[in-house]
Amino acid sequence: MEWMKQASTSAEKSDAVFFFVFGLSLLFLVFITALMIYFVIRYSKKRHPKAAQIEGHTGLEIAWTTIPLVLFLAIFYYGWTNYEYMRLAPRDSMVIKVTARQWSWSFEYPNGKQSKVLFAPLAKPMKLEVRSADVVHGFFVPSFRLKIDAVPSRANTTWFEATKLGSYDIECTVICGVDHSLMLSKVIVVPEDEFKAWYFGGENAPEPGKNLPAPAAVNPVNEPVGLVIMRAKGCLECHSIDGKPMVGPTLKGLLGLKEEVLVGKQTRTITVDEAYLRTSIQDPMREVVKGYPPAMPLDPLTDQELTDVVAYLKTLK
Amino acid sequence: MTAQPSFLENTGSRKGILAWILSTDHKRVGLLYLYSMVSFFFVGVTIGVIMRLVQLTTFQHLVTAQTYNALFTLHGVIMIFLFVVPGLPAVFGNFFLPILIGAKDVAFPRLNLASWYFFMIGATLAILSLFTGGGAPDTGWTFYAPFSIKTGTNISLAVFGAFILGFSSMLTGINFITTIHRLRAPGMTWFRMPLMSWALYSTSWIQLLATPILAITLVLVILERFFGIGIFDPAKGGDPLLYQHLFWIYSHPAVYIMILPAMGAISEILPTFCKRPIFGYKAIAYSSMSIAAVGSLVWAHHMFTSGMSNVAQMVFSLLTMIVAVPSAIKVFNWVSTLYKGAIDFQPPLFFALSFIFLFCIGGLTGVMQGALAINIHIHDTYFIVGHFHYVMFGGTGFAFFAALLYWFPKMFGKMYSKKAIYASWFPMFIGFNMLYFGMMILGMMGMPRRYYVHLPQFHWMHVFATVGSWFLALGLLGFFGTLLYAIFKGEKAEDNPWGGVTLEWTIPSPPPLRTSKRFQPSPRAPITSRRRTRRD
Repeated sequence: MEWMKQASTSAEKSDAVFFFVFGLSLLFLVFITALMIYFVIRYSKKRHPKAAQIEGHTGLEIAWTTIPLVLFLAIFYYGWTNYEYMRLAPRDSMVIKVTARQWSWSFEYPNGKQSKVLFAPLAKPMKLEVRSADVVHGFFVPSFRLKIDAVPSRANTTWFEATKLGSYDIECTVICGVDHSLMLSKVIVVPEDEFKAWYFGGENAPEPGKNLPAPAAVNPVNEPVGLVIMRAKGCLECHSIDGKPMVGPTLKGLLGLKEEVLVGKQTRTITVDEAYLRTSIQDPMREVVKGYPPAMPLDPLTDQELTDVVAYLKTLK
Repeated sequence: MTAQPSFLENTGSRKGILAWILSTDHKRVGLLYLYSMVSFFFVGVTIGVIMRLVQLTTFQHLVTAQTYNALFTLHGVIMIFLFVVPGLPAVFGNFFLPILIGAKDVAFPRLNLASWYFFMIGATLAILSLFTGGGAPDTGWTFYAPFSIKTGTNISLAVFGAFILGFSSMLTGINFITTIHRLRAPGMTWFRMPLMSWALYSTSWIQLLATPILAITLVLVILERFFGIGIFDPAKGGDPLLYQHLFWIYSHPAVYIMILPAMGAISEILPTFCKRPIFGYKAIAYSSMSIAAVGSLVWAHHMFTSGMSNVAQMVFSLLTMIVAVPSAIKVFNWVSTLYKGAIDFQPPLFFALSFIFLFCIGGLTGVMQGALAINIHIHDTYFIVGHFHYVMFGGTGFAFFAALLYWFPKMFGKMYSKKAIYASWFPMFIGFNMLYFGMMILGMMGMPRRYYVHLPQFHWMHVFATVGSWFLALGLLGFFGTLLYAIFKGEKAEDNPWGGVTLEWTIPSPPPLRTSKRFQPSPRAPITSRRRTRRD
């Protein structure tokens, strides 16, 4: 474990304030604690049987009101000025659209390229426009000291400039449902040339960062269209295709299966047919299979996508 | 005066439990709160320990992700709404506020009992929400929209429970404010009141002014869920940030509802064991009121990453720094109270000093979060979780324990085993710091809160924190076990075991049912913690 890894220019700005405040706090804590212990020993009943009836001291009250006030204001000022740097993206930044949805991240680059992990060139400012398709999420890259909430109906912006090559965790920080803790991705920082080769390359340009030990999401070739869609939409985070129960029921051998479902509060037994599959995708909360949480998010599919997915589901015997 | 029966004996026509749950005596209502709150506290502790076990991957199969989300939601709701918010005011405020200011009872004794019923009804609804409807709420205790509006779990009932609990809080606030304004004994001027009364007074104002906003917000969530009014749902033109603002306008002042009475109790305990008046009585009284005032203006520091405007971020960061000043003033005055005292080292003082240490860590890490450049990194991580446990548990919790140790002989007329209390302090204190300091380190490393599974680099620290939670739970069991044993088998306590000078120590332990006749303080009598007679 690399302790407090710094991989962006903001990280240095944030940590500088942290160590300043940490130092002050440590001094204060040690001072107060040492004083308490000293007084308790020095003025114990045995050593000091007669207490002095002191009621206060105006000079001291003024001193310990103003000195902390000045220190706190200094902390505020330092925190604010460094934060201004962390918040305002330089004008020449590349703008990337980040979309959060239950429970995945997607990134869209200025030329329309999309990816599930964020590719970034080294030492270039990247501005992020963070949006959400459903509920509030939080976009967090610890090594960059970067965090911004993804709020539906808003585009929140932030930026970073990576200072080290490598792969860094992206985590969701706002509770967003059952798979909140699996809503992870990576920032992959690569040399500028490698980034450009991918960015300006055609659809089949190799993804950058292959020599990094990072599990960049790769779709095996010749997969059925339905499976590719489901992988992209994050369905497989909760549903297996091999019969293993996960957060949601498995998708294997669904067709013709008799299931107990909850409609509102009533239990009903239904037979899974194509109509049920379509309803369950388009209106997930309507008929939930008993024993599973009513947690599936709605992720709109086009008619063609829906047909492809249903066609694929029928093949899973 | 020993001829008078104590309040613990049933003298009226009612018998058994009815003599308690229908009693409007402030001391009995205080104990009703104590018993119910300690029970809820242990439910909360159990859930906390289970959550720590889940973070040891060996035990992960015990609960599913959905259940884990329900567990931390419930842990938060129980600990905040059923233990820390009502904590000291409802137990020690009810029991001692009238006695401390020389009143017979609170201003509205029936309303006082009604508040306890609201509390129990709210608690029952919140717990019922686990087993009914679409299953236990899974949004965290903050119920952030639009997730709280979209999720299929039973948010509506849980939120309605919190709504009812809010009434308990508001009614207690009204009751205390009226009591302090109208029922002080002759000679008990504002600045002769014990500091606990000042703390309760400032707390009551926040309860009265801030809780209605929570109530409105929660009603809006329910309306949104049932009728889709669209005030928070962006799909209908609403604004999720509006929810966050409304929620924190209550919930940040609520933090001060939790900590102010704790500070009041510490301000009572220190002078008693130092045998001298508190240092800077007026400074402490005024700092309570200024915390209540400025503390109502800092709520949006919970939202620095939400995309608020630059100006809002700057203003709220600045105000957050200013609210730290009165807390610092209190700490300096407490430590100065030890200076040149004749310190009688007893368990309540030991816990009060532990409180100062833990509260300093909680407060200082709070200042860190007020600085914007740091906040961006640690917001919504385990750092926050560690920080607020230092304030809420190390602060309010330890002050609650200190107050319980201090007033226990008065309330029950029994003395506990001091050795057993010291013995339970060690696992408690060590476990506490392992658990919550460990969490703060995890947060600095980048571990987000409310995660069912964590990334592998965080594992060793999770193990460390989990082991701490075992020590902590062991210490808590020892602590409450000792007190429970003392209630039944403890030695009889003296009327004034600690040599206190406030009014509660002038009456028998446990107090008689009617206490009014004892309270005719002459101008020469030592009636506040501020002045002591020369005899000491």
